[in-house]
Amino acid sequence: MNYELTEEQKILQSSAADFLKKECPKELVRKLAETDEKYSPELWRKMAELGWMGLHLPEEYGGTDWSFLNMALLLEEMGYNICPGPFISTTLLGCVPVLQAGTEDQKQEILPKVANGELILTMALTESDGGYEPAALKVKAVREDDGWVIEGVKLFVPDASVADYILCVARTSDASDPASGLTLFLVKRDHPGVTVTPLKSISNENQCEVAFEKVRLPAGAVIGQVDRAWPIVKAALDRAAVARSAETVGAMRAALDLSLAYSKERVQFGQPIGGFQAMQHYMADMWVDILGTRNLVLQAAWKLSTGEPAEKEVSMAKIRAGQMGRKATTTGHRIFAGIGFTMEHDLHLYHRRTVAADIAFGDSDFHHEKVAKSLGL
Amino acid sequence: MDFSFKQEELDLRQEIEEFVKDALPPDWNETVVYWPGSYGTMPQTETEFQEITKRFNHMLGKKGWLSLGWPKEHGGQGSAMKAAVAGDILSYYRVPAGSIGAGIVGPTLILVGNEELKKEFLPPIRAGEIGFWLAYSEPNAGSDLVSLKTTGVDDGDDFIVNGQKIWSTGAHVSEYGWAIVKTDMDAPAHKSATLMIIPNDTPGVTINPIINICGNHSFNEVFFDDVRVPKKYVVGEVNKGFYYVMLALQFERMMIGAGSFRRVLEELVQYARETVRNGRPLAEDSRVRKSLAAIAVELEVFLSLYWKSAWMQDRGEVPELEASALKLTFTELSVKMANAAVDLLGPYGLLDKGSKWAPFGGRIGMGYLDSISGPIGAGTSEIQKTILATRGLGLPRGR
Repeated sequence: MNYELTEEQKILQSSAADFLKKECPKELVRKLAETDEKYSPELWRKMAELGWMGLHLPEEYGGTDWSFLNMALLLEEMGYNICPGPFISTTLLGCVPVLQAGTEDQKQEILPKVANGELILTMALTESDGGYEPAALKVKAVREDDGWVIEGVKLFVPDASVADYILCVARTSDASDPASGLTLFLVKRDHPGVTVTPLKSISNENQCEVAFEKVRLPAGAVIGQVDRAWPIVKAALDRAAVARSAETVGAMRAALDLSLAYSKERVQFGQPIGGFQAMQHYMADMWVDILGTRNLVLQAAWKLSTGEPAEKEVSMAKIRAGQMGRKATTTGHRIFAGIGFTMEHDLHLYHRRTVAADIAFGDSDFHHEKVAKSLGL
Repeated sequence: MDFSFKQEELDLRQEIEEFVKDALPPDWNETVVYWPGSYGTMPQTETEFQEITKRFNHMLGKKGWLSLGWPKEHGGQGSAMKAAVAGDILSYYRVPAGSIGAGIVGPTLILVGNEELKKEFLPPIRAGEIGFWLAYSEPNAGSDLVSLKTTGVDDGDDFIVNGQKIWSTGAHVSEYGWAIVKTDMDAPAHKSATLMIIPNDTPGVTINPIINICGNHSFNEVFFDDVRVPKKYVVGEVNKGFYYVMLALQFERMMIGAGSFRRVLEELVQYARETVRNGRPLAEDSRVRKSLAAIAVELEVFLSLYWKSAWMQDRGEVPELEASALKLTFTELSVKMANAAVDLLGPYGLLDKGSKWAPFGGRIGMGYLDSISGPIGAGTSEIQKTILATRGLGLPRGR
């Protein structure tokens, strides 16, 4: 066991914290929340200049070839600052399948441009069912001439309205096992027949309906093997689940920092409210919850970095971060009381994100079921 | 970062596992309750299990497994991580061994005891030959330990001790008390007490049983009437006892029996797979699946804190706040696990040890009661949170 961060990791963390404090202030977060895009091209470009988009990409594609663990550390800082934008969509949902199963041509077309900030990607997976199980995926792609035609509606697609490419998961054959028969297609957002409609969510995040109406694609649009997309989709989802969890750890830290500062200043009954044990125990719980959640998230990120099966670790991290993120921000609201319930206050910005993170990439029930299976139930 | 164990730690785990599987009586698991993270069902403290406890302490002592965390020059391996691994696997098999002596007294003596004390006590502790009980709590000094009333009056080469201790786990089955005694009646409270070793067979020591709600004799109340304690048995400096007790508490919070939690979860999973209710196995009920998965997540959180605390100790850090978080986490987990178990077993979960039809020898029913003790002993959950808030987060001490 070794819980120590390398010098490189410590520098990554502290430089990310400094950068985001300066370049991603709450005024920007609030301003972007008012827009459909929910992202700033200027901030995106600066993040790309720091190498964040290519952090986990091989050097030959313009990346730094760092581990997913390093990415989790970066995401924790992004969560602390509520950094908005299509970072997880692009670097994980988009890049992981291309990296794992794309042809050399596809990699050359996509990855270097992601690394330098020119391309935004996302994955269109979930549908009207809202779930992340293969059985919930019904949108079909059928063969026509030398290519394919996709027909159907995808829902809750993150960042689709700003994406250059959408990786669409579609059913290409009906098998008894719902996990087989799925194929991944690389679709330009402005491809004829693709219509993107933003959904208004309390999360302040970019989520869209993506309708595919007779979307005709060449055979070369397939990423990986026909009918065998699930393992590469799953690899992207696992990483995205841990990425959201890492952001949540950052949000929990921020909720505690805000609460501590306020409870040392706010005076009631002649003393700072932080002197009351009811408040102290709230914040002690938050601290303990951060400690344990962070351990589980980093453990899952580490396991994914080693390349070993990490299903149990991923689900445990996702469950814990989902629940504790909501708990920490809810507790923050109890401490701030009335002022925290105003639009003017920052706490709701965090709360919106923690509840969205709990639901995204498999909710608590979904991941508890995975853990139950891993126990032999 | 690296979340994997070293090969030598894995080897040690395997070696201990093979040894205890062979050495334990075949029906041991059905004989013993040993609810994780609590104080009322530890076989080490029960009179009926003294013969086997002594036998195992001697065997483990001979192997050097009681003192793995001690420095090499005192007969250990200088590895808190190895001690944590041993604690995990021994408690998984509910081995009746391990002790306050090796876990708390030895490490504290090594840090603050004089050479004579180390020479007299470390070898027999390490060998599993002598046992200690913690003489801290008093009837009116629990969480507020500094208000203790037991006094030690200076009398030449001795202190003459008078007073009463309570909740003295295992005092009836050990040889020495590890006692905090007020020795300066005029000093500020936190500089007024001395830590000393009091042999149980000293004239004036009276040990009376307290039967806990599980029906076991684990606790005692102990009276000191003009007990003459030689000054050579003072630990560290006179009147600095509270400082040493704080130190000892940090060692105590690593004595957890992590594996006993893992074992209970495995048993509940097995029960759910094998038990049919309403025409289908419990394991197919989504509520059961979620309940046990939730326990598994809590368990993973606790284990992550456990291993990290051991790692910090090996780096020479004092995981004070982490130890409070750990104690809070595992005792609350003990309660959650007991509740999940009773919910899973239904009426069977309430059957007591010795009853016909009782699954797991009555472990669940008795464990449910025992789990009440975890968040109370060794600093309540509320005390841990107050420690974290004031010492860790810098919140003001309230009125």
